[in-house]
Amino acid sequence: MLSQQVVNLVYLVAAVLFILDLKWMAHPRTAVRGNRAGALGMALAVAVTLLSGRHDWSLILIGVAVGAVIGAVAAMRVKMTAMPELVGLFNGFGGAASVLVAGSAVIAAVASATADTGLQMRIATVASAFIGSVTFFGSYVAFGKLAEFLAVKWKLHPWQRVVKYGFSLVVAVGCLGYAAAVPGAWPAWLVALCGLAISGILLVRKDRFPGMDAIKMVAALAALAVAVLVVLDPGDEPLFWLLVAVAGILGVILTLSIGGADMPVVIALLNSYSGLAAAATGFVIDNTVLIIAGSLVGASGIILTTIMCKAMNRSLVNVLFGTMGPGADTPADDEIYRTVKATTADEIAMILDGAQRVVIVPGYGMAVAQAQHAVRDLATALEGRGTNVEYAIHPVAGRMPGHMNVLLAEADVPYEALVEMDDINPTMAQVDVAIVVGANDVVNPVARTDPKSAIAGMPIIDVDKARTVVVIKRSLSPGFAGIPNPLFASDNALMFFADGKKAILDLLAAVKEL
Amino acid sequence: MSDLVMLLTVFVLAIFVGFEVITKVPPTLHTPLMSGSNAISGITVIGALILAGAIDSPQVSRILATVAVAFATVNVVGGFLVTNRMLKMFSERRK
Repeated sequence: MLSQQVVNLVYLVAAVLFILDLKWMAHPRTAVRGNRAGALGMALAVAVTLLSGRHDWSLILIGVAVGAVIGAVAAMRVKMTAMPELVGLFNGFGGAASVLVAGSAVIAAVASATADTGLQMRIATVASAFIGSVTFFGSYVAFGKLAEFLAVKWKLHPWQRVVKYGFSLVVAVGCLGYAAAVPGAWPAWLVALCGLAISGILLVRKDRFPGMDAIKMVAALAALAVAVLVVLDPGDEPLFWLLVAVAGILGVILTLSIGGADMPVVIALLNSYSGLAAAATGFVIDNTVLIIAGSLVGASGIILTTIMCKAMNRSLVNVLFGTMGPGADTPADDEIYRTVKATTADEIAMILDGAQRVVIVPGYGMAVAQAQHAVRDLATALEGRGTNVEYAIHPVAGRMPGHMNVLLAEADVPYEALVEMDDINPTMAQVDVAIVVGANDVVNPVARTDPKSAIAGMPIIDVDKARTVVVIKRSLSPGFAGIPNPLFASDNALMFFADGKKAILDLLAAVKEL
Repeated sequence: MSDLVMLLTVFVLAIFVGFEVITKVPPTLHTPLMSGSNAISGITVIGALILAGAIDSPQVSRILATVAVAFATVNVVGGFLVTNRMLKMFSERRK
């Protein structure tokens, strides 16, 4: 058995390894090493924990085995396009773990007469349960919206139906079962009520419904009140679960109303919460490595959230509570799109034939069409003809921070070819052809020109300044912001109406025939 | 220094370190940063392990902690593996 001092020293080593992990993430060359350092830190922390104190390993082994198998299978099988869903789901697991650890610690402390249930533990338990529950339910909603089975009207795949109705059923039955098992306690009945509310709201087939703001307010106030009660009487177990349930309603409502364009912000924010929940859990069990690791993750999530908000020129409050819709006096689509010119693969190939410098601007549409490999092949073909090809990446292109970069890396595009928005914009006028693949709002010049627009002031990639802009898109339908894009009708723009992947493959064939 | 103040000191300093280190991560690596930091937030597994293995605790407490062990392990194992998978794509250069 190891002494507590040795254990704490090893925790310190683990914490340093976590910091090195994030430090080495600063460059693609050192990032793999960084990730290994983090994994080593985690292994050390787990090993030293198991070697200290008297443990009964039976339950631990079951938990670790189940978790490791699920985690490994998910990590190995997930498609790169589905990375936002996976990260969303993992955020939720972190939140759930924090809630359960806090619950377990409270029950253990109350049962043992000697254990400390001082103010620190009480407040930390409340924070852990509250943040953890908001994270868990919020992440489930984010996952459901990304995987397109929550808050949608269309017909669902069988697996989507299993997850959607299964989750609601488990929450409802779990909460009712709990109320039945703890007879006579009023908080237990309220837990059942909250459980029914959560499972009901999750079945609604749209993201906004009347009374939503009222529920948000009531849930927030109720959570505050129950939190105070739990601090006053940590021994009241049903009260603890009531806090978790009310926080769950809040997590669901807050995330449900957030639109598709804001998903990168929400995923980053939930990432931050999962870290803060871990840090709060550290205060519950007096453990420094939890506090350090949790606050590192919390800081990381907050930074990413800020970057995403800046890239959309919106405040966090506006993302969480505001709406994003068409501006007051948008001209009719027909008027704007009167001068749209459609084109063909052969015509684009002719233009590309004389081009010195080509910039490709990918958006979420490229991910949906799984067109990243085709795009890479097109770029290689153009480079073979002596053209300089770069990729311009908008910070909020895709559905999570860095989404486009991962997809292009999967297609073996070297990271040096990926240029950030601020670096490419000053040179946009020297670009011969800009090819926009499945992006819309992030190249809409209205953001620069119309102060009344819904996206006014949002930084965009200035493709309209290139000599020719080719936009590959299935139709003239608007992007997440729901506003028309005058770029499509400008003099130097050509529209190539097709599915992203098919369009690029046709274009590739045409370029090869030159 | 009381325990609480010591823990708060650690908390605040770690947040500052986090800010300093993470602002240097380029946008190209933001997705691996998220999945990697996600794996780190699986550190909750430590708390879960202590509580799941505590011999004197009530059965309910240990079972809850065991479920927490499973959740946190998904985070840790899945998080580090998927991050490694992504980062390898960035570092393996086209010949």
